[in-house]
Amino acid sequence: MTSVLYDVPGPKARRVSLIGSIIGTVLILGLAAWIIMTLAQQGIFEGRRWAIFTRGDVWTLLGNGIIATLSAAAIAAVIAFPLGLMLCLLRISLVDWIRIPTRVVLEFLRGMPVVLMMLFVLLVFATNSFIAVVAGLVLYNAAIFAEIIRAGIQSLPKGQREAGLAIGLTSFQSRLLIELPQAVRRMMPSLVAQLVVLLKDTSLGYIVAYGELLRSVQVMADFLGSAFLFPVFFVAAGIYIAINLCVSRLAIWIERRGSKKAAGGVAPAAIRTGLEPGGNDPVAKDSVPGPEQK
Amino acid sequence: MDVIIENLPLYWDGLLRTLFLSAVSGIIALFVGTLLAAARVSPVAALRGFSTVYVEVLRNTPLTIAFFFAAVVLPRLGVRFEQFEVAAIIALSAYTAAFVAEAVRSGVNSVPLGQAEAARSIGMKFGQVLTLIILPQALRTVIPPLINILIALVKNSSVAGAFFVLELFGYGRQMANANGDQVMAVLLGVAFFYLLLTVPLGILASTVERKVAIAR
Repeated sequence: MTSVLYDVPGPKARRVSLIGSIIGTVLILGLAAWIIMTLAQQGIFEGRRWAIFTRGDVWTLLGNGIIATLSAAAIAAVIAFPLGLMLCLLRISLVDWIRIPTRVVLEFLRGMPVVLMMLFVLLVFATNSFIAVVAGLVLYNAAIFAEIIRAGIQSLPKGQREAGLAIGLTSFQSRLLIELPQAVRRMMPSLVAQLVVLLKDTSLGYIVAYGELLRSVQVMADFLGSAFLFPVFFVAAGIYIAINLCVSRLAIWIERRGSKKAAGGVAPAAIRTGLEPGGNDPVAKDSVPGPEQK
Repeated sequence: MDVIIENLPLYWDGLLRTLFLSAVSGIIALFVGTLLAAARVSPVAALRGFSTVYVEVLRNTPLTIAFFFAAVVLPRLGVRFEQFEVAAIIALSAYTAAFVAEAVRSGVNSVPLGQAEAARSIGMKFGQVLTLIILPQALRTVIPPLINILIALVKNSSVAGAFFVLELFGYGRQMANANGDQVMAVLLGVAFFYLLLTVPLGILASTVERKVAIAR
């Protein structure tokens, strides 16, 4: 799509663009060099500062940080998702005194900083920091999951619910058996994107003194001396970003895979009427699922 | 309840600082993010590459690491600032700009092809196509997502409270330590003031979504 914004560059424009690119690259490399020089003057790149990575216990501590980060994210995701489904069902309930309070609660949860919820759980319920981190993440993300799935249900064709009611399901059965599964499938990309956010938000555990990756960096820096802050911080930040990039890539992959099939799992099977094997039956023709464009 | 009324000046101070941080970072992020989106669709390969890498890396960086970088690493690089607010604004706007860039880019992609084709066919250059034809339409479609990004920014500014900036969350933590017996009231007060900022913005987003923005 983007190429539609400009004409195909001719030789002159290509030359200008190439020169511009080279100058830009040189500027960025220059900036990087300046940063490295400044750091080097402070002795960041001395071998002895990086030698700590040959020590096993440094990696053990970093490894523990990674495990703490991932386990908080995993447990929070596993609890938040069913809770989000439940909140979503309550939120779209036909009964006023269920729907309206749920809506207020969801607005409340969505409007608050996650770190505030973590601190609240930590101080008010006097729990340990792991529970505080998981509880904060669960509360916030369950609300977001509920809103995402609700958007999914609203995007379904009306006929799905009507058909469910027509075959004698109750309203709740139709939601649970017909609409919810389709909505979850349709919203898979957004749900996975939210998982990336959840994983990123575990780093807020640093603030409530949970021993995740960033906190182990701080602990190490306190223990070994601030001279080692930089190497450890850079390695930890690299690990964090690498993990998040992998999950993001996974989200993009799921989105591509989902959009190849008809989105939402509502692909009608090609109807075989059996009358005209040649296939110029208008019903059969219409029902062939084309690639759905978003 | 008493503890909230007693500390109302602190809450007010914190609220103002949260607003200040969010407003300044929001304006910078909107500006930088739009520039990044423009770079992302430009004919110059180096600009596209830079913008892509920036957005990908920043979107996948936890905010706490961005803050850590701005508050601890930047001073070592010789970037001196008097107050930690500056570090917070740098971290928040650099982080939010990546999200703004993605939103604006998706808006650019949602403008029908014919618009750009028509603009080019009457002889406009890339800069003109983008600033006169595409961006005005794109920005209009992305107003609701942009407001949602701003809501997230207000909430994200709470991380600054952990990096020596006394905004709403920072004061909340301080007050919670000072009034150990009334922690719940103190923190609910903080929550109330956050909702005071985020809920109106959320209502604004949904109103705008229904009324102003054009559906495609």
